[in-house]
Amino acid sequence: MMREFTVKRREFVKLFGLTSTGLLLGCNFSKDKVVMNELEDGISFVPNLFIQLQKDGKVTIVVTRSEMGQGIRTSMALAIADEMEADWSFVSVRQATGDAKFGNQNTDGSRSIRTLLNPMRKMGAMARLILEKAAAKKWNVDYAECKAENHFVTHASGKKIAFGDLVDTAREIQVPSDDEVILKDKSLFKYIGKNHGKRGVDMDNILSGKATFGLDARLPNMKYAAIARCPATFGTVKSYDDSDAKDVFGVEKVIQLDGLKPAPGAQFYGMLGGVAVIANNTWSAFQGKNNLNVEWDMGPNGSYNSEEYNAKIVERVQKQAKVAPPLKGNVNSAFKKAEKIVEATYSMPHLVHAPMEVPNALAWVHDGKCEVWAPIQAPQSARAELANFFGFKLEDITINITLLGGGFGRKSKSDFVVEAVALSQKLNAPVQVVWSREDDIQHSYYHAQSAQYLKGSLDEKGNVTGWLHRTAFPSILSTFKPMSDYAAGFELGQGFTNIPYDIPNFQLENAKAEAHVRIGWLRSVYNIISGFGVNSFVDELSVASGKDPIQFRLDLIGKDRVAKNTSPHPYDSSRMKNVLREVQKLSNYGKELSEGHGIGVAIHYSFYSYVATAVEVSVKNNKVKVENVYTVLDCGLYVNKDAVVNQLEGSAIFGMSIALFGKVSTKDGAIEQSNFHDYQMTRMKHAPNIHVKLIDNDHEPTGVGEPGVPPVAAAICNAIFNATGKRIRKLPLSEHGMV
Amino acid sequence: MQTLTINGKDVQVDVPDEMPLLWVIRDFVGLTGTKFGCGVAQCGACSIMIDGVVVRSCSTPISLAKGKQITTVESESEKNLVFLRQAWRLNNVPQCGYCQSGQLISAAALLAEKETPTDEDIDNAMSGNICRCGTYVRIKQAIKDAAELKKQQ
Repeated sequence: MMREFTVKRREFVKLFGLTSTGLLLGCNFSKDKVVMNELEDGISFVPNLFIQLQKDGKVTIVVTRSEMGQGIRTSMALAIADEMEADWSFVSVRQATGDAKFGNQNTDGSRSIRTLLNPMRKMGAMARLILEKAAAKKWNVDYAECKAENHFVTHASGKKIAFGDLVDTAREIQVPSDDEVILKDKSLFKYIGKNHGKRGVDMDNILSGKATFGLDARLPNMKYAAIARCPATFGTVKSYDDSDAKDVFGVEKVIQLDGLKPAPGAQFYGMLGGVAVIANNTWSAFQGKNNLNVEWDMGPNGSYNSEEYNAKIVERVQKQAKVAPPLKGNVNSAFKKAEKIVEATYSMPHLVHAPMEVPNALAWVHDGKCEVWAPIQAPQSARAELANFFGFKLEDITINITLLGGGFGRKSKSDFVVEAVALSQKLNAPVQVVWSREDDIQHSYYHAQSAQYLKGSLDEKGNVTGWLHRTAFPSILSTFKPMSDYAAGFELGQGFTNIPYDIPNFQLENAKAEAHVRIGWLRSVYNIISGFGVNSFVDELSVASGKDPIQFRLDLIGKDRVAKNTSPHPYDSSRMKNVLREVQKLSNYGKELSEGHGIGVAIHYSFYSYVATAVEVSVKNNKVKVENVYTVLDCGLYVNKDAVVNQLEGSAIFGMSIALFGKVSTKDGAIEQSNFHDYQMTRMKHAPNIHVKLIDNDHEPTGVGEPGVPPVAAAICNAIFNATGKRIRKLPLSEHGMV
Repeated sequence: MQTLTINGKDVQVDVPDEMPLLWVIRDFVGLTGTKFGCGVAQCGACSIMIDGVVVRSCSTPISLAKGKQITTVESESEKNLVFLRQAWRLNNVPQCGYCQSGQLISAAALLAEKETPTDEDIDNAMSGNICRCGTYVRIKQAIKDAAELKKQQ
């Protein structure tokens, strides 16, 4: 539970935390009300919100971001431990609750290490400095002669004291100023950037079945709930008959749940509503739900047929649409002077995250307080949402974040938490809402379906002179604000406006695309669309130019340049070319391939990271097999090397799922897919060899979890073209009989 | 009342015959290592062993386990699981970890059957277990490493 303390100035300087803008360094003396580390027990050394050192040497590190497989609980702890000079065998991790005192906790946008590595290192370095000062005080020497190393502080004379033995003295040391806290030189890192061979903090629990995911949260006398929701988005209950449901063993109650719609523009999710079946176990709740007879009013989206819609947006991108900045040169005059013109239209369907752990939440509303245990990526927005809809004070809401059995963006949206709280309030008992897999696939926040038209011109030397790109896809803003029928700037910034190429005449247009399902973000978001369209089209231009595919792309990226903008990590074309050259080497691009094999390449810049991916496929009897994936990532400084490689391997598999199988379609507003038999994904038998290389350099850390995904689908399709001469412009490949 | 034997221990439960073992084990016995993924035997997250044979517990009624030995990921005595856990650590296999209980159980059944599983054996035995994080290449390597560790014992 969050506690607030009114403290004297002397104590105040001990309390450090993060604000939304950065470090809270305890120097704002106008305030006397500050927040505190829950691990402050009056005995241990607790220099800031993130670290506790006990007298027996045990170090507990508070991790503020959600763990969903990216390894953040391990890498955040490694970064702090490295700066603190803590011995990893003494380190354990505690998950922060959702609380603004920790700064931004949204675990999305490939941003945790990118934005928190340096602040977290500073927290560790601060602890190290205070421990050195504590030793100096104990020995009555100058602290500059004291050095912390591997859980001990050593004096120049050779005497040595364990961290744990410094706790009492360290508690008395004034917290140093911001300037005084010096980060380690990178050459001295012990854990950061290393294959440290030390297992992840959750490894043992995962392997013994003891790890606690959301679905594993348990409270005495808890109820389990399954909810029937309208097949079409935002439809409502007309009437229902629950007599068969109530006959099911274990079913205790059936309740109608009205939907909650946030006010337009509010960054809340609300919930769809429906009919909830409450039981004393999960299976009975599911069975009860299946035995309900509900008559639905299909609502405003009851006529949504995604295939017809696809034809409509494909049609729209054939015609002039709304021009989006930045406009460069004049594409029409480039097209007039062209030696060759290439045109192509691409389209992709809706996708759904389908994390292995379905959405779920356990809520307990009692005595005016609300406590939640759930696998969520955005705990503070869930907390704000519960305050908004149910009228709790923020401090009366506790959001406990469990491990996430995959997230991919789905678990940023807290509709399932709202459902659990609504039911717990009605039933006056702890309630766990569990979505079935069918619920997950049929009532999600979908990745937008899309259409793209591209037109390019080549001069007589095979150089690209003009680039026209028209896009149509429903916007994520539509989820928060009705009538958001065009892409937002931040959406076009995901690989459309910021292509890595230097083209003299450039025009981007965006066509209208209304939303008929809830639209959300899925791992790498609109970069999935741009990654496919742009890289497929570059391949078509490359083929038309007659140039070497790698050289064509190097020329298209153009001369070395660093973008002049306010970005913390401005685009650097030399880094883009470097990953492309490296993937050329890694894949031995251009080597003789076996009969029926082909190789394709794609590059993408997203979340400030640079990725090049080459894929080798074989095609036999029109069936494609992905044989090898080669990926090179430049993400600047990274913390846990093997976890980064694992992310890139996973991105290859995730991208393959999109290319081979990914499709969610609707008929009369209802999602046609229901489970893994008809929403398929990559399995062991499809898995290729995956080769990953990370670039080592001194750049600041940038994204890892998402940037590997966007190039994969295009690299596969470019390889298919290389093998067969067949160009795939509409995904997935299963629709072409190729899987 | 029905008696189940899970990881060598007898437990009593009072549920209908048709209730799938997954929910008996999770919601009544209280062992949560066995996971729910799909409910229709498509993803393998709920894999357990009954008398050494891997089954999808979401689609196996409790009546089929009467008088038989159930093994879940929590087992400390299943010897193949011991080697597999070691190999899983060596290869840093898990990402989110949710599907890994089922992966380990399917792999344990494979190792019990094949001393040196080939790529094809692994593809056949493991393709019923989905990993959305995509740790397949590590799982494949870890199974081979576990087979080696087992031989060295």
